[in-house]
Amino acid sequence: MAGSTLHDGLTPLNDPSEQKSDDAHGYYTLGDKLVDPNAPTGPIKDRWTTRKFENRLVNPANRRKLDIIIVGTGLAGGAAAATLGEAGYNVKSFCYQDSPRRAHSIAAQGGINAAKNYKEDGDSTFRLFYDTVKGGDYRSRESNVYRLAEVSANIIDQCVAQGVPFARDYGGLLDNRSFGGVQVSRTFYARGQTGQQLLIGAYQAMERQVAAGTVESFTRHEMLELIVVDGKARGIIARDMVSGEIETHLADVVVLATGGYGNVFFLSTNAMGSNVTAAWRAHRKGAYMANPCYTQIHPTCIPVSGEHQSKLTLMSESLRNDGRIWVPKKAEDCEKDPRDIPEEDRDYYLERIYPSFGNLVPRDIASRQAKNMCDEGRGVGPKVGDFRRGVYLDLGDAIKRLGKDAIEEKYDNLLDMYERITGENPYEMPMRIYPAVHYVMGGLWVDYHLQSNIEGLFVSGEANFSDHGANRLGASALMQGLADGYFVLPNTIREYLADGPFEKIDESHEAVVEAKKQVEERISKFLSINGTRSADSYHKELGNIMWEYCGMERTEDGLRKAIDLIRELKADFWTNLKVLGSADTLNQSLERAGRVIDFIELGELMCIDALNRRESCGGHFRGESQTEDGEALRHDDEFAYVAAWEWGAENGPVLHKEDLIYTAIEMKQRSYK
Amino acid sequence: MKGSRAARSTIALKLLMAVSGLLFIGFTVGHMYGNLKAFSGEEAFNEYAHHLRELGEPMLPYEGFLWIVRVGLLAAIIVHIACAFVLWQRAAKARPVKYVAKKNRGSSLSSRTMRWGGITLLLFIVWHLLNFTIVKVNPSNGSTGDDNPYQLVVDTFDTPWMTVIYLLAMVALGFHLHHGTFSSLQTLGFTNTASSRARARAAGWVIAIVIAGGFTLVPLSVLVGIIEK
Amino acid sequence: MNLTLNIWRQTGPDDKGGIHTYQLSGISPDMSFLEMLDVLNEQLNEKGEEPIAFDSDCREGICGMCSLMINGEAHGPEVTTTCQLHMRSFSDGDTITIEPWRAEPFPVIKDLVVDRGAFDRIIQAGGFISANTGSAPEANSVPAPRDKAMRAFNVATCIGCGGCVAACPNGSASLFLGAKITHLGELPQGQPERYTRVVDMVGQHDHEGFGGCTNIGECAAACPKEIPLDVISQLNKDLRTALKQGL
Repeated sequence: MAGSTLHDGLTPLNDPSEQKSDDAHGYYTLGDKLVDPNAPTGPIKDRWTTRKFENRLVNPANRRKLDIIIVGTGLAGGAAAATLGEAGYNVKSFCYQDSPRRAHSIAAQGGINAAKNYKEDGDSTFRLFYDTVKGGDYRSRESNVYRLAEVSANIIDQCVAQGVPFARDYGGLLDNRSFGGVQVSRTFYARGQTGQQLLIGAYQAMERQVAAGTVESFTRHEMLELIVVDGKARGIIARDMVSGEIETHLADVVVLATGGYGNVFFLSTNAMGSNVTAAWRAHRKGAYMANPCYTQIHPTCIPVSGEHQSKLTLMSESLRNDGRIWVPKKAEDCEKDPRDIPEEDRDYYLERIYPSFGNLVPRDIASRQAKNMCDEGRGVGPKVGDFRRGVYLDLGDAIKRLGKDAIEEKYDNLLDMYERITGENPYEMPMRIYPAVHYVMGGLWVDYHLQSNIEGLFVSGEANFSDHGANRLGASALMQGLADGYFVLPNTIREYLADGPFEKIDESHEAVVEAKKQVEERISKFLSINGTRSADSYHKELGNIMWEYCGMERTEDGLRKAIDLIRELKADFWTNLKVLGSADTLNQSLERAGRVIDFIELGELMCIDALNRRESCGGHFRGESQTEDGEALRHDDEFAYVAAWEWGAENGPVLHKEDLIYTAIEMKQRSYK
Repeated sequence: MKGSRAARSTIALKLLMAVSGLLFIGFTVGHMYGNLKAFSGEEAFNEYAHHLRELGEPMLPYEGFLWIVRVGLLAAIIVHIACAFVLWQRAAKARPVKYVAKKNRGSSLSSRTMRWGGITLLLFIVWHLLNFTIVKVNPSNGSTGDDNPYQLVVDTFDTPWMTVIYLLAMVALGFHLHHGTFSSLQTLGFTNTASSRARARAAGWVIAIVIAGGFTLVPLSVLVGIIEK
Repeated sequence: MNLTLNIWRQTGPDDKGGIHTYQLSGISPDMSFLEMLDVLNEQLNEKGEEPIAFDSDCREGICGMCSLMINGEAHGPEVTTTCQLHMRSFSDGDTITIEPWRAEPFPVIKDLVVDRGAFDRIIQAGGFISANTGSAPEANSVPAPRDKAMRAFNVATCIGCGGCVAACPNGSASLFLGAKITHLGELPQGQPERYTRVVDMVGQHDHEGFGGCTNIGECAAACPKEIPLDVISQLNKDLRTALKQGL
């Protein structure tokens, strides 16, 4: 294959990197190197098949004696609960929402990738694997990504069998589209609601197991602590959010499928309740947090309209196929009605800077350039702080070329939604868009089995770090969630459970009592500070710090400043928080307080990770590491590693590096010029 | 099908209501047709009434057909009312706390008045039977017209307050039929597309106007003197 | 904008609850309805009054978590979810009455928050296609006619918010039921369980205490996803077929 050479996976193609810079000196200590204990070897295409065979089986009669806790009911958690329930294990499923069907996987719009090659356009497992590794800017683990590409086709089969109403062509067969700048049509979709349909499929499969008695569903429950006994994860402490009761749930295995932590930025496309607490509690109990600074910022969201803003809404990226992105050439035009700005005074900056890709450059580039334009004072829309934060996405030319009806048919729901939120008619006025935090590639460190460094603690979906490297391709999040839940976890957990059931523990065990006590103390602390500020106000302030200094562009000075600001914020939180009400009823302020303080601690770690990684890769752009043209510059010789951070309390985090050694794909620098 | 779980569902009750309701629609069409005979004069009207009693002879005894219809209607009305009552109770239990504010956005007035409208019709039917079938009350103290129903009709509607009661009942009937026709078709599962739903709604209008309108013609005509003794 | 808000407050399931009145000023028409409530809650917190509990999660109209009866209309005056309702749909000086969903199977937990677990139990009763992981045939081995697949999709957009129940004077969940019956019943994969599914789901619906449908159409008018009334016809038709089969 010209341009994309594949190797067999038997010989290393790069040496371990050696970091020379040490920007984060003083903020962390360097720990031992980390090696994936379950890393497979052999030809890349055989690794998963071999591993499935090698992993031990659990006798069906024993399965019902084994308890599995799954926290989170999105694609990764819901699919795992359904599959492990079907297999006959005792599953307890937890979610903070009132129903498993509300998990935020539901909001994914575009689609799900699968290497089916239905279009006979040259797609294959290898190509999906290659695209994903390259798209992730060579910061993901090869074996995991190959496995993801390999099981992708099974996902589609499974979902269709469950009744997911994918788009179909006139012959009744499944339709595909190309998505996110990929040159093959491998994205399966259900109009703009693919996430919803896939999640409902997983949810229904899970509810079927609830009816069958293999899965017990705990809704409006929030995990607040991980129970670790003799180095093994053995359960969780959860709060019943309705009664306020602090409950202990014990098991042989704990799975965290709790999604991403994009809400550390306060404003993101995540759900209001999306939080890092489960993952962060596990981190504080010893689980490593990997690559926390890798954040995906989506270029086409509806801009912030004012201080009251509580969340941001994504507009599908497909709009970039027909819309032209521009800002006024002159800053003084920014307040004008865009329709009054003549063609020659408009700067179609993406078309200007990237003549070959134009408006279709990858997400991170489109996002960063929008920020640059606004930083230059050429942003449009209302001022938020000192700047206008918005650029035009103009469908005018497309409407002229294709007609209003064609555009309406293509984007109907989307444009309606835009008008509902902004009050502006996108057929008459250019739309305003701005980047927003959308997805985090970082997460808890896991090995090839999706097991964290704490035995018996498995992490799946967006909550782990494993498959997307430094940047995720469009339509790959759904693929990963379902791959982990339906096909990976059930085959790796059994290897761990083959040694079970583990020694029985009960609620009087020292570790359990301690964990429960910690939770109760934290809650009474929140309620007793009795200061003046709501948890939300801390969250907003944290979000501003993160967005300003750890957002689309990060610099050494900015990150240092952010760390100081976050530490001050944390101190203020513990002295000036105000939470009303009691702990023994539904208390949304109390829930938020717990989440916000975990976000604050995570924010600090993200900044340290970003400070340490003096390179630009995927969703992490360091101002100090760019080409002369302002493009991201990777340093494979220094940073081709996974940064896995161990909680170090007051001494600061401990960095464990896992080298990324490629055996099938050679690392290359991206170019979209 | 006896004792099946499907048969014990609320939808089964609705199906019974739909089927019994359709029977009433059929009956009212026939009844209205008979009433319109009044325009053909006393003789034709009375002959029609008499003929109804002889229908089916000699296979059936005198008034045999009429009794079959009466028993059928009685059974249907019992089913219709019993189901309505059970469903009404269920609905009341399903919403024990009322809203402080509640707007109607998608429903027609006729659809919201089915229950009280149904009770109105029931009361009317009782009076109607007393008036014309069982006791044969002649409000103008004239002949109860054992052999001359025409005279009873004309005497009745020559009395303005009787006509008012009757007309009000026909308004209630029109409302009930307007939603009832659509509702029964929907309950029977015949409205699976937007167009079939629109047709069912149109059928509701047609049946309501034709039947209630048809019934109204006779009393109005008596009142204004088009039909007279 | 200045507003007068009449909001249902209830400390817990056993509290009787009642309407409380709040004055709120300085509201921007660009705020979403829930952001307006966020502002109110922030002010209540400052004053030392416990904030009002209400449900919301995705705030982009898809998760179905948000609810609220607003001036007597489920999700308020626009055809959308409460989270996508914006204050520009109201006028300065308006009085807005906000109540929780009302239905026996949706008990109030606190203030405006209700328990919609009954919907999960209806799905558990049969709202699925039994297809164990790994047992699925190749996805394109069974074509699904496009029009049927489209109808399935159009009704599969139900977000399970419960607005249909809230709007229905009978407290019926027939639109929710019908949407799932139609979604799965239109697909070839849904055929084997089609008639047992409808009997099981309707049985659970009745068991939960939802009312019967009178086909009046308040549900479809309130549905933020515009699920049409014909799904209830489909539901009835499938149940009628199940009756014939003696299920």
